[in-house]
Amino acid sequence: MKVLLAGLPPRAVVALGLFLLLLLVAPWVVNGYLLSLLVVMLYFAYAGQAWNVMMGFAGQLSLGHSLYVGLGAYAAAMMFTKFGVNPWVGLLVAVATTTAMGAIIGFLAFRFGIGGVYFAILTIAFSEFVRIGFDHWTWLGGSAGLFLPVANRSSNDLLNLRGAPVMFYYVMLAMCVAALAFCRWLLGSRLGYYWQAIRENEDAAAALGIPVFRYKMFAVMISSAMTAFAGVFYAFYYNNLFPEQIFSMGRSIEIILGPIIGGLGTLIGPILGAFVLTPLADGLSELLQWAGIDVPGVKQVFYGVCLLLVIVFLPNGIWPVLARRLKLEREH
Amino acid sequence: MALLEVQGIGKHFRGLRALHDVSFSIPQGAIHAMIGPNGAGKTTCFNVIAGVYKPDGGSIRFDGKPIDGLRPDQICRAGIGRTFQVVKPFPGLSVLDNVVVGALNATADVAQARKEAMRVLELLHLADKAKHPAASLTLPERKRVEVARAMATGPRLLLLDEVMAGLRPTEVDEMVAVFRRVNQETGLTILLIEHVMRAVMALAQHIVVLHYGEKISEGAPQEVVNDPKVLECYLGEEAL
Repeated sequence: MKVLLAGLPPRAVVALGLFLLLLLVAPWVVNGYLLSLLVVMLYFAYAGQAWNVMMGFAGQLSLGHSLYVGLGAYAAAMMFTKFGVNPWVGLLVAVATTTAMGAIIGFLAFRFGIGGVYFAILTIAFSEFVRIGFDHWTWLGGSAGLFLPVANRSSNDLLNLRGAPVMFYYVMLAMCVAALAFCRWLLGSRLGYYWQAIRENEDAAAALGIPVFRYKMFAVMISSAMTAFAGVFYAFYYNNLFPEQIFSMGRSIEIILGPIIGGLGTLIGPILGAFVLTPLADGLSELLQWAGIDVPGVKQVFYGVCLLLVIVFLPNGIWPVLARRLKLEREH
Repeated sequence: MALLEVQGIGKHFRGLRALHDVSFSIPQGAIHAMIGPNGAGKTTCFNVIAGVYKPDGGSIRFDGKPIDGLRPDQICRAGIGRTFQVVKPFPGLSVLDNVVVGALNATADVAQARKEAMRVLELLHLADKAKHPAASLTLPERKRVEVARAMATGPRLLLLDEVMAGLRPTEVDEMVAVFRRVNQETGLTILLIEHVMRAVMALAQHIVVLHYGEKISEGAPQEVVNDPKVLECYLGEEAL
């Protein structure tokens, strides 16, 4: 705990505490709709945090993170529906699966010197391969989807992740806090320094004794392992999985928008981005629906506009500017 | 025994012969310089020693062990630190964090690495810039950050590629004093590529001259600067 808060000015610690307190009491105050919105926000904050490890910390652009969400979701859902294994044990299988997939992609790319946009294309390609594979894997429902027995919403069974949305909310909140703490620890460790060095300049990093290949592999594997939980959560929260949806490129883009808009490579950026984007996009949809205007794809257009505005006015994202203005920056 | 022994190394880039049969050695604790006109192959020679390029032929031994064919990170861990002629700082990191990355080569403990990084920054008169982003520095300052970063890795041999370029004469003298001090206090062996003859003459005990990828002269500084071959291709008549 001490390490995690080290260097933070007192006002930042207070702000963080207040924010957490607000999130802790939120389910008692908000209605069902807002609670579901909060769950989605936390989901994207978590997934964004996981993606940020790879791109924000180590500079390796993945445009196919829905691959890990999907694999994690299918792995745990399969263990649950086919073998009756609870999702927490299923999570281990999910983590093993996504980490192995991350390792394969990483190995192919980094061993053969594929970097930058070419690496990004490789991540999309793998995500598409796997989507097509699952589309045709009838044992797991194929394109018709895989369904989990719908939860009994009156009682909460944390062990089997069956219960009311409020239980899912607290589970995701706990995971977000854990991911934040984990990422803080990563960033302050030798691993974090090495990742940042690789992100900034690979040649210089190698000249300082950093085995670049190995550390890039760590980044992909840790990021994909973390993302597995987002998938497990998705499966048990929504109770249905369709390859077309869960592996779609659009989902990958949704995951990465939060960290980019919030602040790439920062710890708070992914959380802030998710908390800004999700309610705005959803609010816009609601507003248009209320006004009786039906515009398909309005969410995507909105995301596009947000991205443009941030790129033009805040190229480093919202958080670095906000942190400076509010004097919440960590001191070294 | 020589700390670094380069024996007959060569390097071709397609039709271009960048290095041909270059041999030299550096004893433990010495400061040697490598000079020569632009395009002579000096930086290629550094890159071959530092593992960026594999030599086409010849051998390189460091502390008695062969190092040719190793990767740059392995060579750094073996004890050779280097700077880049075209500086490659980590622009998004602070000056201190740039150097911490180097110091982490010698220890996995971040707190200890920060201490070591601060010590090196003070040595190179960069302590007051520790918290500045590396991107905000002037070119000579960035070169010093490169030196700091390489020194923080805890090398036994330091390869310096034109770190004095762009410095004012007083700053050159300052850097010369720093390197001399480090060399005397810690026994750090240094090989520098340099065009600033003021620094070369003040620091180097031995000079190797490259021209068109070949070694054309070598010896004590006074001998080399009076060598007609060197005068003709590089230093010019004025040096006399």
